[in-house]
Amino acid sequence: MSDYKHGKIIGASRSRIDGPKKLRGDAPYAADHHLPNMAHAYGVFSTVASGRITGIDLSEARAMPGVIDIFHHDHFPSLYRTPSTFKQENKVDETRLPFEDAKVHYPGQFVALVVADTFANARDASYRVRVDYEEDEAIATLAQAMERGEPTPHADSGHTRGDPDSAWSDAPHRIESTYVTPMETHNPMEMHASTAYWDKGDLVLYEASQGVVFARNVMAKVFGIPPERVDVRSPFIGSGFGSKLWIWPHAVAAAAAAREVGRPVQLVVPREEMFTTTGHRPPTHQTLRLATDANGKLQALSHDGINTTSMVNTYVEKTGSCTKSLYACPNLRVSHATLPANHGTPTSMRAPGAAPGLFALESAMDEMAEAIDMDPLEFRRANYTETDESLDLPFSSIHLMEAFDRGAEKFGWSKRTPEPGSMRDSDEIIGWGMAACNWEALKMDCDARVSLRADGTAFASCATQDIGTGTYTIVAQAVSDITGLPLDRIEVELGDSSYPSGPVSGGSWATATTLPAIAQAARNAIDALKTYATGDGGAFSGSEADTLTFADGTLSDGNGKSVDYAEVLNQLKLANADGEAHTPAATNDEYSFRSFGAHFVEIRWDPGISNLRVSRVVSAIDVGQVINQTTAANQVEGAIAMGIGMALFENTEYDSRSGRPVNNNYAEYLVPVHADQPEEVDVILLDHPDYAFNEFGARGIGEIGITGLAAAVANAVHHATGKRIRELPITLDKLMVT
Amino acid sequence: MRNFAYQRADSVDAAVAAHSGQSSSFVAGGTTLLDLVKLDVMQPERIVDVRSLPLYDVERLDDGRLKIGAMVTNTDLAHHPIVTENYRVLSEALLAGASTSLRNKATTGGNVMQRVRCPYFRDGVSACNKREPGSGCAAIGGLNRSVHAVLGTSDQCIASHPSDMCVAMAAIGATVLVSGPNGEREIDFLDFHLLPGDSPDKEHALEADELITHVVLDAPIEGNRSHYLKLRDRASYQFALASSGVVIATEGGTIRDARIALGGVGTKPWRAQRAERSLIGKSAEQASFQQAAELAFEDAKAYEHNAFKIPLGQQAIVRSLTTVTA
Repeated sequence: MSDYKHGKIIGASRSRIDGPKKLRGDAPYAADHHLPNMAHAYGVFSTVASGRITGIDLSEARAMPGVIDIFHHDHFPSLYRTPSTFKQENKVDETRLPFEDAKVHYPGQFVALVVADTFANARDASYRVRVDYEEDEAIATLAQAMERGEPTPHADSGHTRGDPDSAWSDAPHRIESTYVTPMETHNPMEMHASTAYWDKGDLVLYEASQGVVFARNVMAKVFGIPPERVDVRSPFIGSGFGSKLWIWPHAVAAAAAAREVGRPVQLVVPREEMFTTTGHRPPTHQTLRLATDANGKLQALSHDGINTTSMVNTYVEKTGSCTKSLYACPNLRVSHATLPANHGTPTSMRAPGAAPGLFALESAMDEMAEAIDMDPLEFRRANYTETDESLDLPFSSIHLMEAFDRGAEKFGWSKRTPEPGSMRDSDEIIGWGMAACNWEALKMDCDARVSLRADGTAFASCATQDIGTGTYTIVAQAVSDITGLPLDRIEVELGDSSYPSGPVSGGSWATATTLPAIAQAARNAIDALKTYATGDGGAFSGSEADTLTFADGTLSDGNGKSVDYAEVLNQLKLANADGEAHTPAATNDEYSFRSFGAHFVEIRWDPGISNLRVSRVVSAIDVGQVINQTTAANQVEGAIAMGIGMALFENTEYDSRSGRPVNNNYAEYLVPVHADQPEEVDVILLDHPDYAFNEFGARGIGEIGITGLAAAVANAVHHATGKRIRELPITLDKLMVT
Repeated sequence: MRNFAYQRADSVDAAVAAHSGQSSSFVAGGTTLLDLVKLDVMQPERIVDVRSLPLYDVERLDDGRLKIGAMVTNTDLAHHPIVTENYRVLSEALLAGASTSLRNKATTGGNVMQRVRCPYFRDGVSACNKREPGSGCAAIGGLNRSVHAVLGTSDQCIASHPSDMCVAMAAIGATVLVSGPNGEREIDFLDFHLLPGDSPDKEHALEADELITHVVLDAPIEGNRSHYLKLRDRASYQFALASSGVVIATEGGTIRDARIALGGVGTKPWRAQRAERSLIGKSAEQASFQQAAELAFEDAKAYEHNAFKIPLGQQAIVRSLTTVTA
């Protein structure tokens, strides 16, 4: 619990402090580093989905201008795999190293790497590398995987209470439905990129990374050197959505090439291969069974999910992660299983598990409500619980009912007529749907440093990242909150593994993890200042440090004497007063910590031209204390846009014959564009601090906005058309009246 | 991208002279060519930059036709007052295509030369008779929902023509002016793009080293109203699943003249002349539109994933006709 009152800076609306740098082009991204004597690497990627390299002909490529070296499985240094553990902070999703052997596990896998003096020469030569393969039959799609193999269960992520199968069979009302979600690709604007150089055995890596500490530790393990000899820098990234959480083969390839050729090497992953070798959200197949009693109370709920993983690693998409605790239900099972496919290894994509999982659950909730002739919102209210029944713990703070109420009121839900197709506006049929959203609240260990500097500014550093979400700004807000300094006198540096150890920017945990460490570091810096001030030659020499107070950048003794802290430091010829802090991952074990919310969506379907658009979204979000209204609302708005993409457009398609992806580019892999944005998007941030979670009461906001959105769209589509689309994306051909 | 020789031409004759055979490409906006060169699908050894040729004018001819220089950008053409006033279908088609930044680069001549979006053509590996004659067509039996045709296909190629601009030009009626080693000549717009037939690699009627210098639009039909309707999954920046460009003139509720062209559904910008003829003399009403729409797709052949394009294309026709006759 906090021992101070938050000032007005926490919860304020503030523009991003890094915005001007980005506007001016002063924010260097990984591929913006052009080092002296730097060489460029370009990959050669497998054109087959499965098999073995039988020959590589480099004769034409080697003769090309500027070529320095060409790496492949017979010409690559021997490296080590990372043990890949989260606890040791060296996790990756694909542990296989590039060029380990002649095997091909997926299309788009690195099979060679050309290093040349310029990017153009490297790419030109890469097209002249001839690779022969012995091709094996590939598993290219989830459907093929399900035909050919038995899923491997992963009991550790499952949960069972009561007897869901019997309860389902015995209940008076029940439904069973299967939902399918496609492979999705993160598609951040910025390409994955690595710029690597070695300095007397030390590796410096500019990497488009959501986790510099993990990246450093992984590179240290891969090269067999102490982590102190590796520095990974990622001060700015053009977003990642999860694809940049962990190190992927390209970064290892770039660093190894730099060491071998003795020059800095830059490698940018082409857009086509960002669909294959830097992770994806795997396709899922989810079967749900729901049953209620006569009053609409859930009696049974089972959610059994299957996803594809790669041939080299197992990634489980935990589609039931929200199902086990979102509603009250005495008999419940969630289970997860995987099947191998010839894809690159899947990875977390914004709200992993929850995004596809809540599409299924919240669609099924709608189907169940319809089956018992109950308003879908009322049905959810009827099954509300303040207890996490999977842990048998109360939620630390839950305002889902308020989210339902305020969202419904703003949206006008009470005017909804339940009959499908009953709401019209000239050529268009209007559909209204809603869904709940849900995400776990997590927090990690964190170190941080804050310095009060002699020039009257403060400096904060932490080896976490700002992935475009506003972390720089909220860290400055936390420093401002403790010190009273205005934001323009606070400098923040993130994204360098040499700073105090900070969290991966993922799981919506960066805010809850980083801010308490920053705040404690700021308090420790003030304590250091007081110690200096009361020492020999100090402004308050002879006073006791604990009698001084610090407010708005000024030290006071309570007897009328006040001195600006910069003056205190200058008087002593000190550069700064530093504070460091560590805050633990551990949380109060008496509660379950989760965030909640509700989406209300209006769609318009014009059957005369088969045109489907999302026209209105109201989202009420309960994530505890909001630190910055502007950046928080922006996170939810962005998640809504991404949720519309998930609902209507996104689908990485593989040809079942060749095993190759076919729409691996920015034109044919559809994400929503400006013209797809609803005319109205209302984000309501409930803003109830959750002080049981951390002193700021914040639970994080990056992922929750996408959860449930696709279901709300699907439910609205059903309301408009009477068609229940259980396989994403909801494309017009699935709805056409022909 | 493989390295290539680059040459900027300052006259049409110099451009034609510099362009020598199979290994050369003209480049204007580069929005198709540079993509395909980067993908290693096209491998020109020489690129002749025609962007600075004096082909920037839009000029009304004495006979009422409109002569458009090949280097006029899509943006400039879409907003040209003569176009917005007399050829609304063209302005709407241009603005429905690509994105603002692409339209600022893309030219009239280049858009006519736009190449297909078939992923099996663009991946550089799959069987594709267009890219590698005789290798087959991976799109048949493959994933062919979005950028594959139902009209004008052959068992050698089913890629749809991607242009919106060309659909409007096909509806309006136009002539392509070209210049080559043997001088200048004219090609009827409807004859410019070729059906794939047995030689999908042969996409247009240009002879070796010929350069498009102008497109001349037919004089506007008196009293016409025109409209371009593009249907697609997302609201912008996607090639048409189906589109319809219509030019209609009515007199007292009766259709006097009708032009219908289709995009996204044909292997070339598709003029639906039988459908047009069915409308002449009919009253402007849903039954006539529906009949025309059905005639337009009379010979359509659907593939594994694109059967929906037939009703979708029909919807595009009916709605665009409804809009211009309302």
